[in-house]
This record gives sequence, structure tokens and C-alpha cells, in this order.
Amino acid sequence: MERIPILRMGEFLLVTIQVDMHDQLALTLQDDLTRAIEKKGAKGVLMDISALEMVDSFIGRMISDISGMARILDAKTVVVGMQPAVAITLVELGLSLPGVATALNVERGMEMLRRSLAESNDDHYIKR
Amino acid sequence: MTTTTSSGELPLGNEHDIVLARQAVRRMTQEQRFSLVDQTKFVTAASELARNALIYGGGGKMKWQVLLDGTKAGLRLSFEDQGPGIPNLDLAMTDGWTSGNGLGLGLTGARRLVNEFELDSRVGVGTRVTITRWK
Repeated sequence: MERIPILRMGEFLLVTIQVDMHDQLALTLQDDLTRAIEKKGAKGVLMDISALEMVDSFIGRMISDISGMARILDAKTVVVGMQPAVAITLVELGLSLPGVATALNVERGMEMLRRSLAESNDDHYIKR
Repeated sequence: MTTTTSSGELPLGNEHDIVLARQAVRRMTQEQRFSLVDQTKFVTAASELARNALIYGGGGKMKWQVLLDGTKAGLRLSFEDQGPGIPNLDLAMTDGWTSGNGLGLGLTGARRLVNEFELDSRVGVGTRVTITRWK
């Protein structure tokens, strides 16, 4: 079965979507990713959508759902690389992806994840 | 006067057809030299309506037309199904309302992404949504 690869980078997971996803593939990714977070104890997910030429309401919802599911599993999701034309279309469509953290590119997204991990480690230290 | 320079149709019978339909629409918008934003808007609208035809209409087809109005080029897509139809059109055109488990943005969102939008539905007969975008 067709799958989108999930790479592990230390405490984070990296997903790069490079194909025009059909709906089932998007749902499979959602499943695979939540399972990978649990199995590997990942603290963050970086989702690179720079190759996506279109995000419709279905894919938009998948992105929102992944972010929400990851949060419940104590992992932060950052979506990076959205093309400007895609962002314009999404907002006009009526989807502004509330609650989804975004960054302009992979580098800034990683920075965001590292910072949030450092902050949560600090919190942990203070509580103890 | 508006003339049709070419036309055709694609089936919408499964999820993969949605991908093929939006790829075909992308190609057409590129051939008509739409701006990247206009391409993206039209492809996204097509994707919403193709999915609607499949999920709510039980499948159907997408007809396409390349239009010429004077020197102005345009694309018209028509999504047709023989599904149950939409009993309450006003409700269906309300943001956030859905009869299924979607977000309720398909019809209303698609309308915002195009220049012309026409919804024709008869209960028990089917639904046809036609969208047009001019360059």
C-alpha cells in the first residue's frame, strides 16, 4: 500500500509530503503518524508541505487533526513550507487552520520545536 | 459572445479520480496561463466539488470547457451526479453546514474561489454544480 514516509530525527519526527494525496493516503498518514509518536515517544512533528500545490478542506482538516492528536499525545506539530498561493486559497476557502503552529521553512520549524522542547524541559525541572 | 474552444469529461467514480480531476484542471489552468494563485483557487474548488459528487452524489462526472469571450479566456467545470439531490439549497450554501461528516466548506468555499457559480439540484434526480473562472 502507498504510504508517506515518516523519518525520525532525534526526538522529532519529520514528514515530507511530496505527492498529490488522495483522501485515503491522508488518513493513512494520520494513523501512521499518531502510532509513530506513541511508539517512538516523539516530542515533536515537523510536517513539510512545501511540495503541496493544493490544500483543500479535506487535507486541511487532516493537518488540523494531526496537530490536535499529536498535542494530546504530548507532541508539538509544526507545519512548514506552505506555498503562498496555497495559503491565500485556504483562507479564502474558509480554513485558517486554528491551533496549528506554522513556520516559513524547515529550519525555522526545527528551531520552533527545539525551543518548545527546551521550555517544557524547564517546566519539568521546576516542578521537581 | 462566449464560444467553447474545447471540451471533454472525466469520470468521478473513486478517490483516485479526484486526484486525476484536479491534475487535469491544473493542466488546463496552466495552458490558459492563469496566475499561480488563480490556478490554485480553481484546482481547490474543483477538488471540493469532485469530492462532493463522489461522497454525497455517489459518483458522477466532471465536464470541462475552455471558453473564449472576445479576447478573454476562461474555464468552466461542471460536476454532475445522479445522487439524492440537495433538499434545502439555502442550508447547503451555509458555511459550516454539512449533511455528512465534512467541514461544510465544500460548496460555500468553492463559490468564494471562482467567478461564477451555479448550483442546480433536484431531489431524487441529482446535482449539478457549475463553476467558471475567467483569466
